[in-house]
Amino acid sequence: MKATKFMGYRRENGRVGVRNHVLILPLDDLSNAACEAVANNIKGTMAIPHPYGRLQFGEDLDLYFRTLIGAGANPNVAAVVVIGIEPVWTDRIVEGIAKTGKPVAGFAIEKNGDLNTICAASRKAKEYVQWASEIARTSCDVKDLWVSCKCGESDTTSGLASNPTVGNAFDKLYANGNTLVFGETTEVTGGEHLLAARCRTPEIRAKFQFMFDRYAAMVEAHKVDDLCDSQPTKGNIEGGLTTIEEKALGNIQKIGKKCVIDGVLDKAESPTGPGLWFMDSSSAAAEMLTLCAAAGMVVHFFPTGQGNIIGNPIIPVIKLGANPRTVRTMSEHIDVDVSGILRREMNLDQAGDALLDMMLRTVNGRLTANEALGHREFVITRLYESA
Amino acid sequence: MAIQFLVHEPGDSVGVVVVEGIKAGQELSGWVMDGDKTVTIKVQNDIPIGHKVAMKNLAVGDTVIKYGVDIGKVVAEIKAGEHLHVHNVKTKRW
Repeated sequence: MKATKFMGYRRENGRVGVRNHVLILPLDDLSNAACEAVANNIKGTMAIPHPYGRLQFGEDLDLYFRTLIGAGANPNVAAVVVIGIEPVWTDRIVEGIAKTGKPVAGFAIEKNGDLNTICAASRKAKEYVQWASEIARTSCDVKDLWVSCKCGESDTTSGLASNPTVGNAFDKLYANGNTLVFGETTEVTGGEHLLAARCRTPEIRAKFQFMFDRYAAMVEAHKVDDLCDSQPTKGNIEGGLTTIEEKALGNIQKIGKKCVIDGVLDKAESPTGPGLWFMDSSSAAAEMLTLCAAAGMVVHFFPTGQGNIIGNPIIPVIKLGANPRTVRTMSEHIDVDVSGILRREMNLDQAGDALLDMMLRTVNGRLTANEALGHREFVITRLYESA
Repeated sequence: MAIQFLVHEPGDSVGVVVVEGIKAGQELSGWVMDGDKTVTIKVQNDIPIGHKVAMKNLAVGDTVIKYGVDIGKVVAEIKAGEHLHVHNVKTKRW
C-alpha cells in the first residue's frame, strides 16, 4: 500500500467512516412518507425508504432488525432519526444503533399523525445535521477500512480482467491488515470446492459448506428449471457467460490468489477481526450491498461487465469495468477503466494499484459515479413471507 | 501483436473474443494468459465481444473446460472455431 493514512471520520465506538450521513430511517413501509418529508425539510439528510417491516417473524425478523440496526450503526453514518408507526419496534432500532454511541432518536406516528411526527423529527434532524456538519475529517489508518466486493451484470471480461483486478487489490489489502468481505452464495456454484480449499481451518470450512448447502437447498426447493432465466442473468448471457459454473469461476477471481478465508458470516453479521470473510448473501446487487452496509463495510468494489449501475445510500460503490463496449457506452457509471488489460496494455498489478488509488481518493471524499448519479438502492433481504 | 481473443489456461476448451465485430471466416490471434503463449483459430461464425469460441471439436456429453475447471456439458456438437454458448452448452448443476 502506497498510503497508510487517509482523512476520515472517527466514530464514538472507534470505527472509521468515509462519509458523514445523517439518516432518516423508516422502521416500516408506512413510515416512508414521513421520512421522505423530513429529508425534504432538512437539507443534507437522507431518507432510505424500503417496503418492509410489518408482521415479520422468526429468523426473517432477526435479519430485518440486524439489517436496519446495522445500516444505522455503519460508521459512514453520523446520526440517525428513526420513524416508525408504533414506538416499541421503533425503540428496538434506536437502542440497537445507540450501542455505537452515536446520536439517534426515534419518533412514532400513532397518537401523533404524520404532520406532528414530521415536525418533531425535522427539528431533531436539523439539530443532528448541523452537529454533523461540524465534524472534521481526521487522519485515520488505511488498515482500519472495511472493504467489500460484489460484481454485477458480469460477462466474460469480468473473469478475465475486472474481477482479477479486485483480487489483486484484495491481496494487497489483506496483507495490509484490512477487514474484507465477499459473498454471493449461489454465485460460487461450480467453484465452491476452490473456496472450501481456501478456508483457514476445518471449522471455517464446515461453516462455509453449511452456508453453501443451505442456499443450494433453498434453490432446489423452489426451482422450476435449471435457473436459465435467472442465474446466469439475461445480461450475463448477452455478455457471453453460458453457465453458473463459468460465472462462479469468474466471480471468485475477486478474492485474489493469496487471501485465505478467515471466517464465515450469516447475512448482515459483522466481522469480528481483520482478514477475509465470506458472508452468506444473495447475488442480487442491491441486496448484497445492503447486507454489506449492515455488516459495517465503508467502501465497496463493484466490477461490472455489461454495466450494472447499482449504488447504495451508505457505502460509496467504486465501479470498474473491462468490457470496452461498456466503458464506451456507459462511461458515466464507471470509476476505473481496466479495459487495457484485454489489450495487454495494462497488467493486473497496475490495474489493482489503479483501483486502490481510486479507493484512497474515494475514502478521502471524492464522490463515486453512483453517488454523483444518485443511485441509493436500499433493498432488504427477506427469508420468507410475512405472517 | 494485437490479439482478438484470450484463453485463461492451456488445455481450456474455449477462448473469449475481446474485440467487437468478429465475422465468420476471420483468422484470430489469441493470448493464453497462463503460460503467456500465442495461438490462432479460424472462426466459423460471427462472434460478439465477450462470447466464446471453441478451441477444439466437442461431442455431445463432453465437458467444457475454462479456467482449467469444468463449466458445463455439451448438448449439441461443436466444431473448433464455432460459437460456444447457451445453444450448445448447459450447466451440470440445478
